[in-house]
Amino acid sequence: MKWHEILVRYGEITTKGRNRNQFINRLRDNIKATFKDLDDMKIRLERDRMYIRSSSDEEMEQLIQRLPDVFGIQSFSPVAECPTDLDAMKALGKEIVSTLDYAGKSFKVNVKRSFKRFPLETYELNRELASYVLTELPGMTVEMKNPDIELRVEVREEATYMMVDIIPGAAGLPVGSNGKALLLLSGGIDSPVAAYLMMKRGVTVEAIHFFSPPFTSDQSLGKVKELCQIISKFGGKVKLHVIPFTEIQQTIQQAVPKNVTMTTTRRLMMKISDIVRSETKCKALVTGENLGQVASQTLDSLAAINAVTNTPILRPLITYDKLEIIDIAQKIGTYETSIVPFEDCCTVFTPANPKTKPRVEKMEYYESFTDFDEMIAKAVRNREIHTFPKKEVVSDFDDLL
Amino acid sequence: MIYLDHSATTKPSAEVMHTFIQANERYYANPASLHEMGVSVNNLLNRSREQVAGLIHTTPEHVIFTSGGSESNNFLIKGLARANTHRGKHIVVSSIEHASVLETARALEHEGFTVDYVNVDRHGVVDLEDLKAKLTKDTVVVSIMHVNNEMGAIQPIAQIAQIVRDNSRAFYHVDAVQSFGKLPIQFNDDLGPDAISISGHKINGLKGTGIAALRKRTTIEPIIHGGGQEMGLRSGTVAVPQDVALAKAARIAIENQRERAVKYAAWRNDIHAFLEPMEDVHVLSSNDGAPHIVSCSIRGLKGEVIVNAMQRAGVIVSTSSACHSKDNQISHVVQAIGVPDDFARGVIRMSFGEGLTDADIETFKQAFAQVVKQVRGEIKTHEMA
Repeated sequence: MKWHEILVRYGEITTKGRNRNQFINRLRDNIKATFKDLDDMKIRLERDRMYIRSSSDEEMEQLIQRLPDVFGIQSFSPVAECPTDLDAMKALGKEIVSTLDYAGKSFKVNVKRSFKRFPLETYELNRELASYVLTELPGMTVEMKNPDIELRVEVREEATYMMVDIIPGAAGLPVGSNGKALLLLSGGIDSPVAAYLMMKRGVTVEAIHFFSPPFTSDQSLGKVKELCQIISKFGGKVKLHVIPFTEIQQTIQQAVPKNVTMTTTRRLMMKISDIVRSETKCKALVTGENLGQVASQTLDSLAAINAVTNTPILRPLITYDKLEIIDIAQKIGTYETSIVPFEDCCTVFTPANPKTKPRVEKMEYYESFTDFDEMIAKAVRNREIHTFPKKEVVSDFDDLL
Repeated sequence: MIYLDHSATTKPSAEVMHTFIQANERYYANPASLHEMGVSVNNLLNRSREQVAGLIHTTPEHVIFTSGGSESNNFLIKGLARANTHRGKHIVVSSIEHASVLETARALEHEGFTVDYVNVDRHGVVDLEDLKAKLTKDTVVVSIMHVNNEMGAIQPIAQIAQIVRDNSRAFYHVDAVQSFGKLPIQFNDDLGPDAISISGHKINGLKGTGIAALRKRTTIEPIIHGGGQEMGLRSGTVAVPQDVALAKAARIAIENQRERAVKYAAWRNDIHAFLEPMEDVHVLSSNDGAPHIVSCSIRGLKGEVIVNAMQRAGVIVSTSSACHSKDNQISHVVQAIGVPDDFARGVIRMSFGEGLTDADIETFKQAFAQVVKQVRGEIKTHEMA
C-alpha cells in the first residue's frame, strides 16, 4: 500500500485553552526529535490535526510503526492519494479496504466533496464507491451508524485523499509540556516504568543513578544506560547523572546500626538527588517506589526517607501490583533489560533484617555522629552526566557478522 | 587445479577467516564468565545466534551450534527419538540418507527402536506412497534429507512434511547439509520441517562447525551433558569464534543463494547436455536436481580410476561420496536408485562452488572427453597432455 501522508489527531491537548499552541508546537518538536533519522519527513500543523509526510515508502512505514509510542497523539491514520477520477477512486477504495481484515465487517463510505465541479454529487459518489467496493470485496454489510470500517474520501481538485484505518496513539501529553522531574533510576523493573508514566503526563525526565564500584559492576551501569536509551524513545532527551556512591555507602555501614543502614542509604540518596534536582532546575523527584513491596517501602520507611526534603516526591507506581508493573515494563520494552541479573547498590548492602518501621527522630540521631555533607558535596561534584538517546554505536560485531 | 568437489568440502572464504581470526584475538573469553570480557563475548554469541535464527526463520533459542552436520544429525534424531518414546519407538528414514543418519538410526535399533527405509525412484526421489505406508502411530522421527549428497536429487520436503503431519505424530527432521545456501529451506510456514541440520564447511565456512535448529519448543534430549551451555542441550565451553564464523558464512551463503543457484544450474545443464550423447556414459543427476551437483558413471570402470585420470588432467572430481570413497564398495545410494551393474562401480561426482568460472567448466568437459577416449583405448596415455 502506497501511503501519501499521515493524519495525526491530537490527544488531550485539544482541550487546552490558550496554551494550545505551545502544546502543539511541543508535539511537533518531539516528533521531529523522535524521527531525526528520517531525512524527508515534513510536518504541517493545522488547528485540530497535524499532517506528516515523506516521499519515501520506507520512511512512511517507520512513521506508522513508531508513532504509537509518541505521547500527545490520540490516534492517527495513513492517507492514500489518487487522481480525482472515478475509476482511480474506485481502485484506490478497493485497495485500501483490502488492507484490512474486512470479511464479516460493517462498512460505509463517507465522501467529502470540496471540489464542487466534480461531475458526481456527494451521495452519488458515495453510492458508486460503496457498491464497487462491496462487490469487489464480498462479505461486508452496509451500516450507516458506527460501521466497523469507514472509508473516508476527500475529493479535491488536485487529488482525492482516502483513509480507512484509525490507529490508536499513546495518548497522554507531549513530553516536556509539563515541566521536568528527576527520577531515581536503580536498574530494576519499577523505575523505568515510573519514568514512562511521568513522560505520559508530559514530564521531561532526567535520571540519577548511584554507582558503587567495585561492589557494583560496569555492566550494571551499562544496564542503566540501556534503560535510559529505551525510555528516551518515548519523547525527548534523557539526561543521566551517575553519582559515585561507594565512599558514602561504606561510611554508612560504619556509622549506623545494621538494621537501619538501608534507611540511611535511601535518605542520603534522596538528599543527593535533591541537590542535583535543584541544580538541574527540576521541580520534583520521582521514584519507582511501591507500597509494601520491600522493607524500604512501608509507609513508615517512606516517611523516614521523605523527611530529608520538602521537594515533592512523586511515586507513580505507589498503588500498582507487581504484575501490573511487569506488564507495562514488557509493553515498553524495559523488562528484558531490567531483569538481567547484576548486583546494584541496593542489593549489595542489604542487611539481613532491615527495620520496617524506622522512626525519623531515631534516624536523625544515628546519622548525627557522622558528617556526610562533605562527602555528599564531593559525590555531586564528581558525577558523570550522559545524554540519551545515544547515536547507535556501530557495533564492533557488525564487521564480524 | 580445478576443484569440482565442493560437496565434499569448500575453502573457507576470506571473510570467514577474517571473522574467525578477529574473534579469536578479541573475543576469546568464556561467554559464561561474569566479567565484562565474558559478557561481551556472550553478546557476540547471542548476535550470531540471532543472525542464524533470522536466516532460517526460527527463534534464537531454537538454534544450537554444533561441530557439524554429522553431529547435528546425531543430536536431532537421537535427541528427539529418546525424549519422545511415549509417542512410540519407530523411525522412518529414506534409503539414500547420509551415513550419519543411517548409522544413527541403526544405533537406535540397539535401544529398541525399529527402523523402516523408504524407497526412492530411479531419479533418487522418495516414493511418497511408500512413505505414507511406512508411517505408523508409533513413528516418532522421520528423517529425509533435502538434497542427496551423491547425486543431487531434491526431495519434496514440503509434501513430506504434510504427509508426516497427516499420518503420524512424528517429528520431521531434514538433513539440509547439501541444500543450505543453494536452495531455500526454512521454518517460516506450516509446510516446514520440525528440525534441520546445517554444516559450516559446505558453505565456505570452517570445518568443525554446524547448526542443529528446531522449529519450535520441543522436548529433546541433550547430546552432551555438563554445564548447561547451548540451552542445556550441548554442554561444553562454547566455541564462539567458530560460531561467529559460521553465522557469517551462513549470511553470505543465503545472500547470494539465488544468483549462485542460477549460475550453477546453467553449468549443470550444460554438462548434462555434453554427457548424455556420450557412449558408455550414464548420467545419474538430472536437470530437476540440485543446481550444484552432477553425477555420472563410465561403463566398466571404477570411480577411483576416473578420479585419478581427471586429476592428471588438472581437474579434481570425486567418487560419489567422500565418506566412502576409500572403501571401494558400491554406494548404498547407487544401489537404491538402481544403476545398471556395469556402471555401478564407476560413479563420480562433480560439485560446484565459489571461485569457479565458465572457462573451468569448459576445461572439465575437454578433460572428461579425453579421459573417456583414453580409457576406451582410442588414445594412448603417453599422448595425453
